[in-house]
Amino acid sequence: MAASFQERHIGTDSLAQLEMLSAVGYDSVDQLVEAAVPDSIHVAPLAESSIPAAISERAALAELRRLASRNTVRHSLIGLGYYDTITPAVIKRTVLENPSWYTAYTPYQPEISQGRLEALINFQTMVSDLTGMTTANASMLDEGTAVVEAMLLARRASASRSSVFLVDADALPQTKALLANRAEAVGITLRETSYSEFAADDAALDAFGAFVQYPGASGRVWDPSAVIAGVKARGGLAVVAADLLALTLLTSPGELGADIAVGTSQRFGVPMGFGGPHAGYMAVRAGLERQLPGRLVGVSQDATGHPAYRLTLQTREQHIRREKATSNICTAQVLLAVMASMYAVYHGPQGLRMIARRVHEQAGSFATALADAGHDVVNDTFFDTLTVRVPGRADELVAAALDRGVTIHLVDADTVSLSFDEASAFDGEETDAALAAVFGTAPGAVAGTPAREPRRRWPADLDRASEYLTHPVFNTHRSETAMMRYLKYLADKDYALDRGMIPLGSCTMKLNAATEMEAVTWPEFAAIHPFAPASDVAGYLDLIEQLQRWLAEVTGYDSVSLQPNAGSQGELAGLLAIRGYHHARGDAHRTVCLIPSSAHGTNAASAVLAGMRVVVVATDELGNVDLGDLRAKIAANAEQLAALMITYPSTHGVYEHEIRDITDAVHEAGGQVYVDGANLNALLGYARFGDFGGDVSHLNLHKTFCIPHGGGGPGVGPVAAKAHLAPYLPGHPLAQRDVVAGREGATVPWHRNIVSAAPYGSPSILPISWAYVRMMGADGLKAATGAAVLAANYVAVRLRDHFPVLYAGDNGLVAHECILDLRPLTAATGVTVDDVAKRLIDYGFHAPTMSFPVAGTLMVEPTESEDLPEIDRFIDAMIAIRAEADAVAEGRWPADDNPLVGAPHTAQSVIAGEWTHAYTREEAVYPVSSLIRSKYWPPVRRIDQAYGDRNLVCACPPIEAFAE
Amino acid sequence: MAEQSELQYTAEHEWVLVDGTTATVGITAYAAEKLGDVVFVDLPAVGSAVAAGTVVGEIESTKSVGELFAPIDGTVLEANDAVVASPELVNSDPFGAGWLIKVEFTALPALLSWDEYRALVGE
Repeated sequence: MAASFQERHIGTDSLAQLEMLSAVGYDSVDQLVEAAVPDSIHVAPLAESSIPAAISERAALAELRRLASRNTVRHSLIGLGYYDTITPAVIKRTVLENPSWYTAYTPYQPEISQGRLEALINFQTMVSDLTGMTTANASMLDEGTAVVEAMLLARRASASRSSVFLVDADALPQTKALLANRAEAVGITLRETSYSEFAADDAALDAFGAFVQYPGASGRVWDPSAVIAGVKARGGLAVVAADLLALTLLTSPGELGADIAVGTSQRFGVPMGFGGPHAGYMAVRAGLERQLPGRLVGVSQDATGHPAYRLTLQTREQHIRREKATSNICTAQVLLAVMASMYAVYHGPQGLRMIARRVHEQAGSFATALADAGHDVVNDTFFDTLTVRVPGRADELVAAALDRGVTIHLVDADTVSLSFDEASAFDGEETDAALAAVFGTAPGAVAGTPAREPRRRWPADLDRASEYLTHPVFNTHRSETAMMRYLKYLADKDYALDRGMIPLGSCTMKLNAATEMEAVTWPEFAAIHPFAPASDVAGYLDLIEQLQRWLAEVTGYDSVSLQPNAGSQGELAGLLAIRGYHHARGDAHRTVCLIPSSAHGTNAASAVLAGMRVVVVATDELGNVDLGDLRAKIAANAEQLAALMITYPSTHGVYEHEIRDITDAVHEAGGQVYVDGANLNALLGYARFGDFGGDVSHLNLHKTFCIPHGGGGPGVGPVAAKAHLAPYLPGHPLAQRDVVAGREGATVPWHRNIVSAAPYGSPSILPISWAYVRMMGADGLKAATGAAVLAANYVAVRLRDHFPVLYAGDNGLVAHECILDLRPLTAATGVTVDDVAKRLIDYGFHAPTMSFPVAGTLMVEPTESEDLPEIDRFIDAMIAIRAEADAVAEGRWPADDNPLVGAPHTAQSVIAGEWTHAYTREEAVYPVSSLIRSKYWPPVRRIDQAYGDRNLVCACPPIEAFAE
Repeated sequence: MAEQSELQYTAEHEWVLVDGTTATVGITAYAAEKLGDVVFVDLPAVGSAVAAGTVVGEIESTKSVGELFAPIDGTVLEANDAVVASPELVNSDPFGAGWLIKVEFTALPALLSWDEYRALVGE
């Protein structure tokens, strides 16, 4: 019989594990993990599990096919921020389905990430060009949360003392719901307005910010420049959510005076996927760059002065600024931003304009047909969306359209709306026939080339006059051959899991199996609108409910919401649930959130956004929560205590022995325990958060449950909770049903507490985690945990004599990762963490996590998926690098001229000119002989971090910059 | 550049040069080295009132953020535009061209001497 999936997923076989166990000093994996995990939290085997026994890859695909067959693909004209689009096949196959793109990590090591950094700077250039703004970031989680982030940015940057944020009455409904949920927690007052009263009363614009949807949800296109000017005159900032496709024809937000532009790039070739993932965007005018949330790619230069890309202005972010960060977001939507940027690269400005014109002409043609048929089109201005008054007949028309394979949006009993898109514009015959039958319009209005229609249906002064996408990258790759080669050229610059191990501690860069990825691009999962009727998504809802049940079981909780689009959003949702719980009990004064000093910075940033005040708890010299300090902080804040956020195993990679004492102390004081699930990979099958005192947690499906990192997103950060917090988990006003299984009978309405634009966040990638659990079974999940813990302890034992291992728990064991302390080495030799990290590139590795959670250290997480030869190759590289550092200490190489400070070495650096260094060229690029036949060549040398931050450039540099 | 032994210091790693009722404030070489390459400096507006011990500005490096505390009560007389334009001055000349603000004050609080500051940073 062929190997089981478990044997494919776990890199070490039983023989390898025996060898590793003997190095670590244990007889079996179970014995090792049970010695590492404190006795008090060992889980008892469940009498009854909801997780079915493991099945083969083939059988899992068959089950997924059955689920997919219960979803119905129709042509969606629902709109509301989600549009059918034609993903160019070359982008689908070469990006979305290509491990070189989807298995990469966030580009923290820029020297080995130049490909996707270039793709992201293309995205930033595309967004800033189309929106007419100065600087765009490298994507947001979705449009709705981007508007929320823009609101928070406006409050930070505004000189106005008002607590009011104006909200466009014609905004997308999910955006309004998100704003309401998020504003309340941070003391912002929302005022909904159509902006029409502005003409009569200027004071109506008195606010720290104002939000305009452009075009409006109804389809209406109006000129908001006077409103924008009025808001700004009163010290507020203007936020415009704009449709990127419409902006190819309409005056840009920047030209209208906006301070911040936000939106989504979904309709640039990214499938709807029942709601996600897609890349939202945000762009700002000059002067607001430092206020931007999220990742920002900038241009810097490498050690030889060549231009090179890197993440810039990182001090804005939560991993540095903690509770003072501009946002709690860490994960972005890199893979989807890459797809959207490549859609623009492939079509170019002319192609995009042509698509937009076709969409608009089709909408115009159908508006005329509707009028001819006696219908009342409410909006006389539009780009792609028509709102139609159909007194008393809306339900009937929606049902009739559904019967004919088309979904339209039910606004209310008397109104429907339709949004045209790229798919209908270029492939609209069936849609045309359906609409003709439903609305009684003349056939042919939608199909074919609806020429002779007036070119525009918006105010003439909104015609776009400015150019965009003029950079050569958007005007070069028109043929599929050119596009395929450009994508290959970029991918070749990068180091992803398809090249070798990425031992990033706390990031869990495990296998993203091909079978798990299969269903993502099936039309039954990809081509579904998030607000499609329940009858069209039965398979999706089943898959989601099963996954929710499994995740609840393995974590020991009662309910799960899959809505959060990243771990940070899961944290926020969990803290908002705690907040909701305290408020419902009349404990609104409980606002203090205790956070250990070792916690990830995102914890603190999320707490602030949930309206909490952060109080830091000390950690002891072993990296554990200082129980004495915890009790003191609890006592000092007893009445105000809302929650403790604690990561388990700890961010130091240790199973804290006292975890039960910690959770008990918090509960006794009336607080709730938030267990950060970032390190769940070390616990699955052996212990459960809910069993040792957790009330709520988020999980990172993009870590433990195999969703690929995509080069820095997508992520999925479900939030799981005990029954008493379940009523406050994220729901959604436009969902087909309660998005949280297992909280029937809750007194809180199920549509509340929304944290993402779509009801289930990013459903199209949930089949990945579903397939992982289905193919591993409960036993397999446990075996994966054991293999991961064994691998980390093996690395720790083998490297202990060369680098001190900083922390350990019971029996001197680590969990699933280990921290190598480089500070003694730095003190003795001057060789820094940076030098070692960059030198690992020369050896063909991605560096471990640098300086988190402790400055001057490297945190290594091998995961269960690496096999023993690869783990040994890494260990040998680290030992060899240690010897190189010793050679520097001994004076064999000068401190300022050795392979470490010179790393990484490009091919050019060892070939061009005369070699004048104290070490040889072979020592530079072939430090071990195995590299001769298999070498990853970094495209640039070490990048100057400071240069890029001091000389901020966040758009494509001119081609001449790359001339030699 | 002022003689380091003639300056006064705070526990927040700032130096103060007193001249009449004007205090010039910067961060120490020790602080600049710990921060790393400084890439951005945010200083208080000229004419604004500052209170001792409160945060009045920020010094950002590529990997961390340092807060600028006002060492004394007073009014900002001058902010160093050269440092705003070229933040690397904080690294290259922390006690000289890398000064940050000048504050007019009425009463001088107790500050650390050079020897006391050196003891604080363990040198």
